Amino acid sequence: MAKHESIKAVPTAKDFRGSVSPDWCPGCGDFGVLRALEMACAKLGRENHDYLTIGGIGCSSNLPGYINTYGMHTLHGRTLPIATGAKLGNHDLTVIVTGGDGDGYGIGGNHFVHTMRRNVDLLYVVMNNQIYGLTIGQASPTSRMGMKTKSTPFGNVEAPLNPVAMAIIAGATYVARGFSGDTRHITELMYQGMEHKGFALVDIFSPCITFNKDNTFPFFKQRVKKLEEIGHDPSDMQAAIEQGMVWGDEIPVGLFYQDTSRAPLDELEPVLGEGGPIAHRELGITKEQGDAIIKRMM
Amino acid sequence: MTKQVQTIKEVTILFAGDSGDGSQTIGTVVTDASAIAGNDVSTLPDYPAEIRAPAGSLAGISGFQLRLSSHAIHTPGDTCDVLVVMNPAALKVNIDRLKPNGILIVNTDNFARRNLRLAGYERNPLEDGSLPRFQVFPVELTRLTRSALEDTGLSQREMDRCKNFFALGMVCWLYNRPVDYTIRWIKEKYARRPQYVEANTLAFKGGIAYCDMTEQFATSYEVKPAKFPPGTYRNIEGNMATALGLVAASQKSGLTLVYGSYPITPASNILHELAKYRNFGVITMQMEDEIASVGVAIGAAFSGALGVTGSSGPGIALKAEAINLAVMVELPLVICSIQRVGPSTGMPTKTEQADLLQMLYGRNGESPLPVIAASRPSDCFETVYEACQIAVKYMTPVIFMSDLYIAFGAEPWRIPKVSDLPPIPVTFRTDSEGFHPYLRDEKTLGRPWAVPGTPGLEHRIGGLEKENITGHVSYDPENHEGMIRLRAEKVARIADDIPPTEILGESEGELLVLGWGGTYGAIRTAVEHKLEEGASVSHVHLRYLNPLPKDLGDILKRFGKVLIPELNLGQLLQLVRARYLLEAIGLNKVQGQPFHVFEIESKIDELLKR
Ligand SMILES: Cc1ncc(C[n+]2csc(CCOP(=O)(O)OP(=O)(O)O)c2C)c(N)n1
Ligand code: SF4
Ligand SMILES: [Mg+2]
Repeated sequence: MAKHESIKAVPTAKDFRGSVSPDWCPGCGDFGVLRALEMACAKLGRENHDYLTIGGIGCSSNLPGYINTYGMHTLHGRTLPIATGAKLGNHDLTVIVTGGDGDGYGIGGNHFVHTMRRNVDLLYVVMNNQIYGLTIGQASPTSRMGMKTKSTPFGNVEAPLNPVAMAIIAGATYVARGFSGDTRHITELMYQGMEHKGFALVDIFSPCITFNKDNTFPFFKQRVKKLEEIGHDPSDMQAAIEQGMVWGDEIPVGLFYQDTSRAPLDELEPVLGEGGPIAHRELGITKEQGDAIIKRMM
Repeated sequence: MTKQVQTIKEVTILFAGDSGDGSQTIGTVVTDASAIAGNDVSTLPDYPAEIRAPAGSLAGISGFQLRLSSHAIHTPGDTCDVLVVMNPAALKVNIDRLKPNGILIVNTDNFARRNLRLAGYERNPLEDGSLPRFQVFPVELTRLTRSALEDTGLSQREMDRCKNFFALGMVCWLYNRPVDYTIRWIKEKYARRPQYVEANTLAFKGGIAYCDMTEQFATSYEVKPAKFPPGTYRNIEGNMATALGLVAASQKSGLTLVYGSYPITPASNILHELAKYRNFGVITMQMEDEIASVGVAIGAAFSGALGVTGSSGPGIALKAEAINLAVMVELPLVICSIQRVGPSTGMPTKTEQADLLQMLYGRNGESPLPVIAASRPSDCFETVYEACQIAVKYMTPVIFMSDLYIAFGAEPWRIPKVSDLPPIPVTFRTDSEGFHPYLRDEKTLGRPWAVPGTPGLEHRIGGLEKENITGHVSYDPENHEGMIRLRAEKVARIADDIPPTEILGESEGELLVLGWGGTYGAIRTAVEHKLEEGASVSHVHLRYLNPLPKDLGDILKRFGKVLIPELNLGQLLQLVRARYLLEAIGLNKVQGQPFHVFEIESKIDELLKR
């Protein structure tokens, strides 16, 4: 079966608005990310059924329930393998994964590293609020040292991990960071991430106004600085890592790194080579292939 | 010198040596040759406890037991007629399995003081008269192999690696095994190393010639072919049959197979086998862990592939949360669970059946799913095929169980014609008219399979409780109970597809032996023997563990006693007692070894007071 031809008018952000309204706390950073993602999908111009949005567990991971695409709300930390399978099953889909810092960098840390290494073609949006929001306020892998949370009443003694530098080193081919307070900027970053053939990470500062009194909207507003203004070449890995390490009065946002030379997994997988998405093929294994296997066995 | 040939009904041969001595190789070769020659065969590879154990130590002994016969057999035999040992440790580990007056072939070149000490012998058992019950044939296997290979120009080390084929030559002479197959096998195996083809062939022929010439052996034996229904046969191990069953299901369903796995004994070689079929449209993913392996299969299933994952107990434990997700989102998924010894890492190279309750219940919440188990190596093909059928028909994860004993054991298998296999019809929903993600099929209660990419069917699934029909997230108390009952009812309805339970022996009587999984061979053989003796005993072997066959309750009631032999402390026993309020009796063994036939026979005798 051929890919479905589109006869619909150019979609708008509104077409992607889901029927369920988010139950996030009023003022949560995740609202900005959802709006920006709707706009990014509209900008990419594909129809609703061409998108699959997969979330883990967390406030941020609920996003697939609020956007009008195919969706799956999965398990805490396990989005990326499931997304990998979905992409293998139908590599025509635009696969979007959403989650939090706990979901992606904590419990899902192993999958994070390996999915980047495989360069699976998907957009990974992490709403990084430096806290466990849904479980009402424990330290996360990106909480700063010294931060007081429910689980660290005397201050966090662990160092945070650096998702941007980690992603570049682990093999992601598109690594960006944004701030939910600048919807236009993150729309562009997510749109570019979907256009990119390969693993695209967009880590977004998305303040939890209820449980994180440190990393607030004003905190980020004062500090974020666009890499475009700093003057940065995203094809320069060394420079990208250096920019990724910067954290202080100024925190760089924008596209840190992009490598367009590496093929994504679906292009390297021989089975996907011919015949379009496997879900739409006539046969998983053709009769000839089946006979050939039987012959080999004898 | 003319030598005698005597016809015998069957023989059991056990090769044992260091893991580097090639016992598994020659065992497999002579098994395949015998299967091709038309014998019934059954094998028991016994892998060393420690892969890197020092040479000559007890922990490093690898064994391969093969039984071949001219009549139908179901087990590799409790004891052996011939034992071939490469060193003292192999002798020590296996001598108790040799029958009285059995043939013991010993490589005497490895019986130096050092080897004896490593095996814990104070004196040489070949010289101290401790083996009077056996026909001992001391052979200088290493020296003879070296002299046969004198002109090959190989190093001594390389020559010594060929001595297993010398031993195989001897066995082939003794039991008149076909030689062509072995020679062809050597040629293919070492195709890229012609000097090894020559050397191994020379060693093999050397072994044959040695027996011909020496006075040691006066008689050779012959085992006539068994009578099988017509068809094309090959010898097959359980895991190979599992892999092929999945491939066949992929072909029949038209779904591309996506197999996610993470290496673990004894499941790994399903991954190895399927990986060979990449050019045939099979996708295998070796993921970063077991959680990712089941994840990739679930994602692929959502997208419209045949998602399958495989592991053993420890890995299935890691997958439990994701299997439960599949229960909730009601997508087809097949989980291959190849049991080994637990708990924890247990004894990874040994067999057990102690994961049944884990498969049935090892998830949070009310989480029913079908569980079916293969009983023999060749049965893995049909059983895993059926797991795929059920998964797709009922939109549910299905657990297919096997165990190390049948996963690595082999027997002849009649290769089915793909056209004879039952169909696996699949329909992806495309019509958006009246579509609801949880609007079920009236008969099966399966929900529609609507794959992402289909216009107009955009919907969201997930692990939160679903509202009936719409699939929206719901915390409604009544709805939750309703959904729990619906999911349970869906799995219960699978029993409608289960054929009437087969009974060996009378359908009522004094004693029923009820088994499941890899104990089939031992139970079947024991019951057959007792039936021949006129005992009132029958055998039922379960493939369907959840749901249980509808007729099982009635069958059980028709027998005075029910005996359930298991390689665990009584897991099916618990189920049967709870379900049928019946006082069944367990026969339980947890030693990492399969049942011996005599163990089951004596329990039958005890219960029948014979
Ligand atoms: C296996 C498992 N462990 C723990 C939880 C509980 N849990 C749900 S969300 C969450 C953390 C969420 O933090 P994050 O991913 O940063 O998302 P946020 O709510 O901050 O957006 C935890 C620990 C769970 N659902 N599953
Ligand atoms: S708890 Fe925090 S992260 Fe969760 S919805 Fe409220 S503000 Fe957002
Ligand atoms: Mg968070």
